[in-house]
Amino acid sequence: MSAAITTRPPTAPVPHAPAAGGTRRRSRLRTRLELALLLTPALVLFTGFVLIPIGVAAYYSLYSWNGFGPLTDFVGLDNYADALSGDVFQGAIGHNLIIAVLSIVVQLPLSISLAMLLNRKLRGRAFLRMVVFAPYVLSEAVTAVIWLLMLQPGGFVDEVLRAVGLGGLVQLWLADQSIVLYTLFAVITWKYIGFGVILLLAGLQGVPAELREAAALDGASSWQTTRHVVLPLLGPTIRVWIFLSVIGSLQLFDLVWIMTLGGPANASTTMATYLVDHGFKRYEFGFGSAVAVILFIICFVFALFYQRFALRRDTEGALTGVR
Amino acid sequence: MRSRKPLALFAAAAFVLAGCGGGGTDASTEGPVTLTWWHNRTTEPMKSKWQQIADDFHKTHPNTSFTIEPLQNEQFQTKVPLALQGNTPPDLFQQWGGGALADQMKSGKIADITQASSGWIGPLAKNADGWKVNGKQFGAPYLMHAVGFWYRKDVFASAGVTSPPTTLDELNAAVAKLKAAGVVPIALGGKDRWPDAFYWAYFAVRQCSVDTLKKAVEKTELTDPCFTKAGETLKSFLDTKPFQDGFVGTPAQQGAGSSAGLVANGKAAMELQGDWNPDVMQALTEDKEIGSKIGWFPFPSVPGGQGDPSVLLGGGDGFSCTTRAAKACAEFLGHLVGDDVQKILAETNSGLPVTPAGVAALKSEPHKTIADAMTKASYLQFYFDTAFPTKVGQALNDAIANFFAGQGTPDTIVKSVSEAAAGNK
Repeated sequence: MSAAITTRPPTAPVPHAPAAGGTRRRSRLRTRLELALLLTPALVLFTGFVLIPIGVAAYYSLYSWNGFGPLTDFVGLDNYADALSGDVFQGAIGHNLIIAVLSIVVQLPLSISLAMLLNRKLRGRAFLRMVVFAPYVLSEAVTAVIWLLMLQPGGFVDEVLRAVGLGGLVQLWLADQSIVLYTLFAVITWKYIGFGVILLLAGLQGVPAELREAAALDGASSWQTTRHVVLPLLGPTIRVWIFLSVIGSLQLFDLVWIMTLGGPANASTTMATYLVDHGFKRYEFGFGSAVAVILFIICFVFALFYQRFALRRDTEGALTGVR
Repeated sequence: MRSRKPLALFAAAAFVLAGCGGGGTDASTEGPVTLTWWHNRTTEPMKSKWQQIADDFHKTHPNTSFTIEPLQNEQFQTKVPLALQGNTPPDLFQQWGGGALADQMKSGKIADITQASSGWIGPLAKNADGWKVNGKQFGAPYLMHAVGFWYRKDVFASAGVTSPPTTLDELNAAVAKLKAAGVVPIALGGKDRWPDAFYWAYFAVRQCSVDTLKKAVEKTELTDPCFTKAGETLKSFLDTKPFQDGFVGTPAQQGAGSSAGLVANGKAAMELQGDWNPDVMQALTEDKEIGSKIGWFPFPSVPGGQGDPSVLLGGGDGFSCTTRAAKACAEFLGHLVGDDVQKILAETNSGLPVTPAGVAALKSEPHKTIADAMTKASYLQFYFDTAFPTKVGQALNDAIANFFAGQGTPDTIVKSVSEAAAGNK
């Protein structure tokens, strides 16, 4: 990390020992000054808007507190026990995990195929890329309201299905407790597929044409080229996408809140909607804080492990320091 | 990459809370004062009406100016607790009274306006009760609300339902006739949960005596067997399948497919909703005549119930003042319940005026009917989610919504209240 900063100025007289000592001392001082100058604003912001709030939330989570007046009712870890032992919250964690797994299993192959398709030279490519990316630009609230209206019984989705002869597939998309979560996942996919495609398209630009040519010369089929040349080189991009996608799935909120409020009968509750429902709406701010801390810990632990084991190769040098 | 909002929001909230300890600055209310006003009328015509009313008040009271901030209903649930914990809460803000007001009292920032309102609170009579805590006035309503059935006269007529049902049996008969005519009998916005709660609440109001209802709210418990009976009556009503398909996923007020939209577009015959529904319906249909096509009737009586059939379920829109500028604020609240403003409000049909002078100025037929029912009602039962402390009310709503989705029993609903009150999550 400090490699660039400690590089000696070109004018520094290297061979003369005494002078070198002075320079080293001066340069160390300079390094510290520079570090202080460059890092202080970021550190202050990070401490003020990230670390302190997390600490405060952790503090609140130990109290039974309705948001008004002083914190007096210390309950220890009861809020955590209540949350983790509740059916609804356990269900919420399950829903988040289902969304996370589905994202990887369904969205990833879909994104890769679309990206490869859109990486070819074909007529109207720019337009198609825009179409795929457009939903990502919409705000999540707008997306949710549009789909909420389209998914009502007899709404746009049902009509389209009937018009193309697939009327038998029509479901109570948002009202059926066994379907609602998958309906939401479909909308999430519609919205976020463009992001994955753009990321992977960028990754594909980094695959040198010479390697494909060399593989082709060696007689590799197009599937073999894809499997053994392109995909391995896309690895870093895919790993970053998985990271973002899982974190996003764990924190899923807006879409669910607007489309179902976590219902019917908690069939689509996520950790974040549970937090707002049981924290804010019920004026249970201590309990809500405990849920927030649990959500934070889950995301944090995942992020740490993922960085340590999956992203390590990709970020080596950038995050792990020079050996 | 999806939303980070809840966490960020919570973090920001926590930060605001952390940064804003310490005492308030009680400015003198003698000099010029600017009142920060949070109200919930984000749409026309009421949005500009409030602006106009504030401007007019400023003309006659040059020392009082306003900074007006309209907020969506849902935002009050999060913004008010934070603001009351901070040093600069709004000077007057939307207040639905009941249990939430009692919760907010713990902040110590809600102004007692018992003295300041003594000159004008009289004509409000019972209407002001919901904004009292321990006999003291901590806010005042400017409009009251009542829930009842809104129905399409044309759809009723074409299905052969000649007069609005007055008993549960008549309602069931009407439902059967409407079904036979191929119309959805009743539209319900189950996604939003609170419309579900209207049904349970009304069955409770019809099954339980007024004394039992009062005691239940006072003690935050539903131990009387009549409340379980209410759930059982609701169950047999649900078994007649009176609602549209997939009602648990239907929003109440968004789009033509919402419950209000279904009635507005003639696809459903009725909806159990508040007096505000005509406005909501008008926004969801091209039909400019909708106002004249709908009528109102109260929730039918339930055979064998101990409840008084005249009792209405409802609530009200009011404002509370905070302590910084309580004097000017209370004066303004007095202005809002004065004859001039009440007459303006009566013309908007966005609720029921709180004073007799205002009620007399009502022009819309359904609203006159509702106001009449309100005057004759022996008691107004506040929505239970408002009457109870917030956490209890929300737990009750959730239990009722689950019941509508096929989960739980009449007993689960009753127990949700005692469990929430005991602090169980």
